[in-house]
Amino acid sequence: MIDRGIATVGAGILGILLVASIIGAVLKRSAESDRARATVMNLNARVRAWWVMCALVFSAIICGTITTTVLFAALSFLALREFITLAPTRRADHHTLFWCFFIILPLQYVLVGVRWYGMMAIFIPVWAYLFVAIRSTLSGDHRQYLERTAKIQWGLMITVYCLSCLPALLMLHIPGCAHPADLLLFLLVVVQLSDVFQYVWGKLLGRHRIAPHLSPNKTWEGFAGGILTATGIGAALWWMTPFTPLHAAGMALVITVMGFFGGIVMSAIKRDAGVKDFGATIAGHGGILDRIDSLCFSAPVFFHLVRFYYT
Amino acid sequence: MIAGLIRLVTGAQARWVGCAPELTQRIYFANHSSNLDGPTIWASLPDQVRARTRPIAAQDYWDKGLVRRWLAHAVFHAVLISREKITAANNPLVAMQAALAEGASLIIFPEGTRTVDEDAGMNPFKPGLWHLAKRHPQIELVPVHLENLNRILPKGDFLLVPLLAAVTFGTPLQLAEGEDKPAFLERARCAVAALAQDET
Repeated sequence: MIDRGIATVGAGILGILLVASIIGAVLKRSAESDRARATVMNLNARVRAWWVMCALVFSAIICGTITTTVLFAALSFLALREFITLAPTRRADHHTLFWCFFIILPLQYVLVGVRWYGMMAIFIPVWAYLFVAIRSTLSGDHRQYLERTAKIQWGLMITVYCLSCLPALLMLHIPGCAHPADLLLFLLVVVQLSDVFQYVWGKLLGRHRIAPHLSPNKTWEGFAGGILTATGIGAALWWMTPFTPLHAAGMALVITVMGFFGGIVMSAIKRDAGVKDFGATIAGHGGILDRIDSLCFSAPVFFHLVRFYYT
Repeated sequence: MIAGLIRLVTGAQARWVGCAPELTQRIYFANHSSNLDGPTIWASLPDQVRARTRPIAAQDYWDKGLVRRWLAHAVFHAVLISREKITAANNPLVAMQAALAEGASLIIFPEGTRTVDEDAGMNPFKPGLWHLAKRHPQIELVPVHLENLNRILPKGDFLLVPLLAAVTFGTPLQLAEGEDKPAFLERARCAVAALAQDET
């Protein structure tokens, strides 16, 4: 269903993407050195990928709750796949992993779909957490046991539990908020725009690196510019949420800062595994997990804050 | 379509490190850890190359059951060889040479069987590769390294875990003048192993 929030934000994003595509086309003509051309090509690949991602998310949200839940379940599946590929699991974990992909993951999204908050909130942190530990011992291989098990549990938490908090927003009954889909859109738009603006401000003004060993492209200038811009945008979108303008700004600040740390944490995991990206699924961006790392950290915080204070 | 399905399941990404995908007649040789190995290399080749490339597969496994037989014969066009004690009647080299004579490229696994111990490296190579190299010096021998397939479908299991596989194609080898069998086989084995290090 298309309400005012979806229509306005959709039109805004359409405009931004059109402008970005035009700028990309102009830059492509004016690029002279090889290095500039490579940067512009990467930029254009990113913009094209944004078109596809936005089209997917908007059509899912317009189609309704079930489609949106299924879309995020699919994203979880692909993200978990990227995560576990980098984790040093052993032969003994094979059946544990089968359970993660084909039973635990779908069940979590079913719990979200049937709006069983009490179970959805603890299913992975409690039940799946203990199950994974038990199932991996059954195969009798103790080598790197804690490391293997911890990484599978991390994978489930980050790529399944945290991501499932996005469609879980749709199950909230908030007084005065007729369209919880608008909340999902608010979160997606603010966090992803924060990523984009951190990249843009970083490219324009970036001088001082925040964590040169973890994520060399993150600078204090990009951080401040991106977070402030996205917080401003969040405040301006207050009318589509149950928040006052001030609360909307506060929420936007919290989720963009969480999103920033999500990016840093996931960079640390990638560095540890000795890779630059989690995959190559999305041209210009890397893997699915490279694109949604910030959402993984902001979604559960946003979901639980909204549920605690507004329902 | 089957090739697309295999690529989807294994998430296989082909990396052409040492050569480009070309129509020249080649023998691809790779490490072996899963029943998906042959199909995965085959599926990761471009359409035209794939059409003329045949995996070598074990008869005792692939000639059992309707589905496997259909896959092996109608889809992969596999060259099925016997793994029992070699006699004049079932010498696998004869079947391979016949396929080469028809102009096909081959995918072979010189370890002979799948490695089981995940901590050990590859098994020593069997001499078939050397015989083929000696008799067909004009054919390019391309080392291929397969990563993660033992985690997707390990030996002795039937449950698939959909991780991302990687297929790395290395620089073609040639039998050097006067190189003896053990030296060549060890060099070929090292060429495959070296691609594993390239990946990270």
